Amino acid sequence: MTELLITRSNHLVDPYVHVWAWQIPVYLFLGGWVAGMMSLAGYFLWQGRHRDRQCTCVLTPWLGVVLLSLGMFALFLDLEHKRYFWRLYTTFEIASPMSWGAWILVVVYPALLAAALVQPPQWLRRAVPATEALASWLESRPALVRAVGLASLVLGLALGIYTGILLSALGARPLWSSAILGPLFLLSGLSSAAAFVHLVARRRDERVFLARADNLFLMLELAAIVLFLIGLATATEAHKQAAGLLLGGPYTAVFWVGVVGLGIAVPLVVQSLAVRHRIQHTPLGPIMVIAGGLALRFVIVYAGQVSHWAPQVAQF
Amino acid sequence: MARYGMVIDTVRCVGCMDCVVACKTENEVPEGLNRDWIAYETRGKHPTLQMEIRTERCNHCDEPPCVTCCPTGASHVEDFGRIVLVTHQECIGCKACLASCPYDARFVHPEGYADKCTFCIHRVKDGLDPACVAVCPTHCMHFGDFDDPNSVVSRLLASRRHHALLVAAGTAPRIFYLD
Repeated sequence: MTELLITRSNHLVDPYVHVWAWQIPVYLFLGGWVAGMMSLAGYFLWQGRHRDRQCTCVLTPWLGVVLLSLGMFALFLDLEHKRYFWRLYTTFEIASPMSWGAWILVVVYPALLAAALVQPPQWLRRAVPATEALASWLESRPALVRAVGLASLVLGLALGIYTGILLSALGARPLWSSAILGPLFLLSGLSSAAAFVHLVARRRDERVFLARADNLFLMLELAAIVLFLIGLATATEAHKQAAGLLLGGPYTAVFWVGVVGLGIAVPLVVQSLAVRHRIQHTPLGPIMVIAGGLALRFVIVYAGQVSHWAPQVAQF
Repeated sequence: MARYGMVIDTVRCVGCMDCVVACKTENEVPEGLNRDWIAYETRGKHPTLQMEIRTERCNHCDEPPCVTCCPTGASHVEDFGRIVLVTHQECIGCKACLASCPYDARFVHPEGYADKCTFCIHRVKDGLDPACVAVCPTHCMHFGDFDDPNSVVSRLLASRRHHALLVAAGTAPRIFYLD
């Protein structure tokens, strides 16, 4: 055995790294959720579904602008040297996922706003007549709407993957050093976005379509989680120990009960029964999916920081 | 161009913490925080135990993940001696570098920027050793240029068995410990 005692007890670092608290999981969750909304809205715009005033998917970019801004605010709250945050935009660091993320957000906002302006909600059309005029102008240009849809879809997928790559680029934390985190967070974001539209859609056919889509995303997310754990459990000792945090260690219960059970498996069953007309569509499934997405980010961010290459450290 | 690093003789290190005190004094490291520290590692099974006492700090890695993950370029490799430094006025305090370091060598300075060992670059530029090396009463610490085959550190590595810490993390650390 190895026992390591150290005299260091630095704030946020010892006895294990805990540099990121609630702000980062919340930001990653909101970023992923918005990424999912952008992707779905982009697909629907590409399909020309915006002409249907009852379509809810094309309204989600409006919520996306709000949620992404909240996420950015959470990220800002996490910064320790806040008055220098503008330094993100005086350089582009090609090797830094966080720098990529900062610049992706610069492109995401206009794309999100463009997707939103295709179909402004009724109250906004009345309050700001210019949005009504712009929407009519866009409606007569289907090629432009398709381009806006495509941009929204592609940037949504990029944003969703980025939220996972941000962590997986930090190789010092073995739990995160898996390329599957990118697709996993993207699938979770798509699933939360589909769940939201399933929850609030006005038309039954859209609700059913999104419930089916959500079931597909949930199944793929389960597969990604299995691959993620297999990847870790078959790698080095440090990676096996990291996987152990979720397979018997302190994060096991919240991961398997909260994320996998209540966040994926149960809603998958409930929504599968609903689309097969065995039970009514209930808000329960989508709400559990969205809460599960948030729980996933919390578990991965917190457990990842605990994972380490060094042997167990004890302090004086 | 020099490539500075350290060689530390674990046979001589007694864990007296003079290096820790010297660093805190020289660099005015705030209370409760440390740029360097002592590690006591015990391996084996009773009664055949092996103990290694060593002084640790930022490894000024050849492949520093703290530099590649930095979104603003505040964390950088200085041309002078390939020393890894942080430009305080460029750091936004995102803490990605703290999370990226397998040695947990960084911390957040109370003023908000990421801080860590600088190899006392201000002293080295004046031709002096880092403060921790200069005060070591057992002379177990050696500082020098690994690109110079005749430097003390290069000759020690050529002649003595040695190891570095957490090599599997893949950062190519530049602090070596003599066995």
